[in-house]
Amino acid sequence: MGRALAVIIWILTLLSVVLFVSKKWWFPPSISAHGPALDRQFMITIVVVGIAFAAAQVGLGWMVWKYRDASNRPAATYTHGSSRLEVLWTVITAIIFIGLAVMGQSVWASLRFNAAPAGSYQIEVVAQQFEWNFHYPGKDKIFGRTDPGNIDESVQNIIGLDNTDPNAVDDQVGKLLAVPVGRPVELILRSKDVIHSFWVPPLRFKQDLVPGMAIRVHFTANKVGKYELACAELCGQSHYNMKSVMLVLPEDEFRALTELPPGKAFIDRMTELRDKYKLPEEQ
Amino acid sequence: MSDGTHDAVHRHEPPKGFIRKYIFSLDHKVIGIQYITLALVAVLIGMIMSVLMRLKLSWPGTHWPILASLFPAGAPGGVMNPEFYLSLLTMHGTIMVFFVLTTAPQGGFGNYFLPIQIGADDMAFPVLNMMSFWVTGVGFVVLLAAIFFSGSASTVGPIGGWTGYAPLSALGERAGPGQGMGMNLWIISIAIFCVGSLLGALNFITTLLNMRTRGMSLMRMPLTCWAWFTTAVLALLSFPVLLGGGILLLLDRLAGTSFFIPGGLVLTGVLSGSTKAFPLHTGGSPILWQHLFWFFGHPEVYIAILPGMGATSHILATFARKPVFGYRAMVFAIFAIGLLGFFVWGHHMFISGMSPYSAMAFSILTLSIGVPSAVKTFNWLGTLWGGRIRFTTPMLFAIGFVSLFVAGGITGLVLGQTSLDLPMHDTYFVLAHFHLVMGVASIFGMFAATYFWFPKMFGRMMSERWGKIHFWITFVGVYSIFVPMHVMGIVGMPRRYSEFTQYRFLDSLHPLVVFVSIAAIVTVIAQVIFYSNLIWSLFKGKKASDNPWEATSLEWTTATPPPHDNFAGHAPTVYRGPYEYSVPGAAKDFLMQTDPEGAGAPAAH
Amino acid sequence: MVTSTRVEPKKGIGLGGGSRSPGPNGNSSRKRNGRGEPLFEQRSSAARYRIGAWVLIASIVMLFTALSSAYIVRAASAQDWRPLAMPRILWLSTALILFSSVTLENARRNLKKSFDSGYVRWLAITAILGIGFLASQLFAWRELARQGVYLASNPHSSFFYLLTAAHGLHLLGGLLAVVYLLFRTRRPRADEAAEGRRIARADAVAIYWHFMDGLWIYLFLLLFVWRSQ
Repeated sequence: MGRALAVIIWILTLLSVVLFVSKKWWFPPSISAHGPALDRQFMITIVVVGIAFAAAQVGLGWMVWKYRDASNRPAATYTHGSSRLEVLWTVITAIIFIGLAVMGQSVWASLRFNAAPAGSYQIEVVAQQFEWNFHYPGKDKIFGRTDPGNIDESVQNIIGLDNTDPNAVDDQVGKLLAVPVGRPVELILRSKDVIHSFWVPPLRFKQDLVPGMAIRVHFTANKVGKYELACAELCGQSHYNMKSVMLVLPEDEFRALTELPPGKAFIDRMTELRDKYKLPEEQ
Repeated sequence: MSDGTHDAVHRHEPPKGFIRKYIFSLDHKVIGIQYITLALVAVLIGMIMSVLMRLKLSWPGTHWPILASLFPAGAPGGVMNPEFYLSLLTMHGTIMVFFVLTTAPQGGFGNYFLPIQIGADDMAFPVLNMMSFWVTGVGFVVLLAAIFFSGSASTVGPIGGWTGYAPLSALGERAGPGQGMGMNLWIISIAIFCVGSLLGALNFITTLLNMRTRGMSLMRMPLTCWAWFTTAVLALLSFPVLLGGGILLLLDRLAGTSFFIPGGLVLTGVLSGSTKAFPLHTGGSPILWQHLFWFFGHPEVYIAILPGMGATSHILATFARKPVFGYRAMVFAIFAIGLLGFFVWGHHMFISGMSPYSAMAFSILTLSIGVPSAVKTFNWLGTLWGGRIRFTTPMLFAIGFVSLFVAGGITGLVLGQTSLDLPMHDTYFVLAHFHLVMGVASIFGMFAATYFWFPKMFGRMMSERWGKIHFWITFVGVYSIFVPMHVMGIVGMPRRYSEFTQYRFLDSLHPLVVFVSIAAIVTVIAQVIFYSNLIWSLFKGKKASDNPWEATSLEWTTATPPPHDNFAGHAPTVYRGPYEYSVPGAAKDFLMQTDPEGAGAPAAH
Repeated sequence: MVTSTRVEPKKGIGLGGGSRSPGPNGNSSRKRNGRGEPLFEQRSSAARYRIGAWVLIASIVMLFTALSSAYIVRAASAQDWRPLAMPRILWLSTALILFSSVTLENARRNLKKSFDSGYVRWLAITAILGIGFLASQLFAWRELARQGVYLASNPHSSFFYLLTAAHGLHLLGGLLAVVYLLFRTRRPRADEAAEGRRIARADAVAIYWHFMDGLWIYLFLLLFVWRSQ
């Protein structure tokens, strides 16, 4: 019985490790400036985790194999432990674990401790149940005033733009997210109803959109293409279907897009661009 | 009734009537069995719900005729609709976390064995103990009522996950199906559950502090008692916070207050305050709910697993025939886990909009909680080292607990890091992590406890052969279910999706999803073996002796099953620590805690 | 259903009485049976009432900590905070509950001196003061309602109704415990152990009652002094 258990533990450990090491299923390639550093931190952590996991399981299997009850074995060792060992493994694990925690802060700090760098392109994201809306400031690069009281879906005023505000005249609103490649982007995240979460897997980036708050986050996407955007916080019935795409566009294409007049011209161009690019999975 | 001034042995007769004996019983043993029965019923419902969810995830378009007839509105034509799935998900989580993982380990085994292991004849406040169970039972009935009165024909309960994040949970029916009456019942059920758990915790703490028998010093208590005690302290301090949050949430829903609901919300095109149906809300904070919830929710994780840790330590020592390695370190580790558990709740909220600086502090505290967890693992390995292991069914499950605790706990090193939480938050990686460590490992601890203590509780052994078959299938099964989920999370699969067909980046995972579903179905079916073994052994099992495992703690010194007042009128006297196995020079390979000095070895500790 | 030493069929509602310390194991004063084993004296150990009272208080502290932190967060984040005009009658409430702590102490002093009629009298006065406090709180609610300030009117009023209701319910529990003590005074005095429990139970009720008193003062300051403008 002891040997069988040891072998099962080892096989399960081996299969688990193989599943990770083979990388048959893994992160999509990173498309963000912070992605490589984050991936490196993930690899360091997962290697530490993997070694600790395998060592503990192999050790457990070995104990079970070696110390199974057999007639030719001597009586069990009578010991209440060893203070020296306790101190040793407490200190070692504390150094490793807390070291990992401290290392993990650098990517976090670069993304969250600082405001967006100067010259970031700003886009307002307004989520609502099962739809994403993106508010671009337009030619003047200034957002027009919005107020939830102005929201009127019958006239397509989805985010409540105040049409009396001169800054609002050129503001574009669409269902797709377009960002320039290689240039920092600042998102201002809002929600009209419940909590949603902005999640683009290759961007290695996620942030909740909380009603009543305007959360500012920034990132730089550095690979042109089309990527799926999903909601990662349970927001109701069609949570699974609250999707959009993020287009990472070459600078000139992006500038041309953002200088279009709002309305049909802008929406049509967005649709064209959406069809022009392919998802990584479709290539 | 005298007050003990003379020397006669006072054996007390149990109450006679059926109702006083089995229903409204004041006997901690009966109450313990009641809690375990509640958990056995609840876990069955929770498991069936998880199988239904797996059917939807892996075969999203398939028509299941049986579902069409059972749930004509929730699964029209036999295909589950999204809201039906999400209500299953919410009920599964709530039932499992509250009515299984909190009831069986603490209310069940803790209630039964804590008084016996410290040599008391009952809990300190038997009436409170009875109330604690029945209040919990009422909470369960209210939760089940949400299945039938969810306020929407197509759901079987509210939609909100077990975390019930506001404002989705606060806005009522206008936020969609599953936000009506079912959500009210869900909140009320949890509030009732909080009260029941508080009564239980109050009792555990008082009993342990006040009713230890002669010689039972704190450092002579079995580790199970330390675990139950710490769990009770966690419950005592964390459930009131959830209760407070629940009251605020209910007021937001029913009384029109704005604790969690901010201003300017627009739902289905209607602005808050613009019509009578959607009253004005201003200024509430959705993040406040998350703080209150997770201040409870994180200690809750330890409430679920600490008793399993205690049972595992206890059982490993018994069947390795060795004292627990590093008893003192184990006690400190339990305490450290309990204490740190109150300062890490923010790691559930890294991307919630909370200050990034507090996120960093929470992250470092979170990873430091891994240290006492690792210390426990090392000590379990140390307990096995040099032992003479007897592979009984409880021992297999205890070893399985160690394996699963490592497998599930260690990925906390990934999730606890702020930056790595960016890709991992709310994906299947999280799901895999907490199911393994909080769910499955805890359940393995309870399986071990069931096989271990069943003979004492019912006077009959459970079938070893079927127990072992149950172990092998379940052990391989849970690894097959939850390890692949980590990889799904790495690819980016989000939690709480009723199907994945909408996203191309998830397409490649389909074979893995199907594999997990098959593994889950097989594992759930294998639990029939457990239930059958339980029922069969109750009536037909081999008669158990008073101490079938040759164990040392007080529950094995009394009759099987124990008499009404546990020790037939007189309190035992304790001379040594709880794990004196293989003491050199002793006549047998174990010394009971009650064996007087001179029974072959000096009194240890 | 009970052991030898259990005299009374039903015990307190978690607020019994208590002695000084959580009786350590191996209490040498414990009685033994013929075989030299101790009997289940623990059942009569009065300490558990006192421990129970403190443990109960710990959980109530956590409840009000949660509600107060919600109050502080909500007050800090809101532009919709309109401070209430404090109902004057709350001064009366405060005076009543402060005085009730004094009368309960008087009752305990009488109990310890085995002066039964004094005990009963002061307990009854405490209960009346407690009822007076609750009535005064209800008047405060009515006063606010007359001004058109209801539960959902604004966050300050929401918290005012919520916190006073939560405190009032807990105090009502304490009131029931005082009434329970009053009923028990009708029992004849028994032996020393039973007498110890009687005192212990009164101790526990007193601990709880004083805590409720302190809690009210805290809530009063939180609601009307801290950031009242």
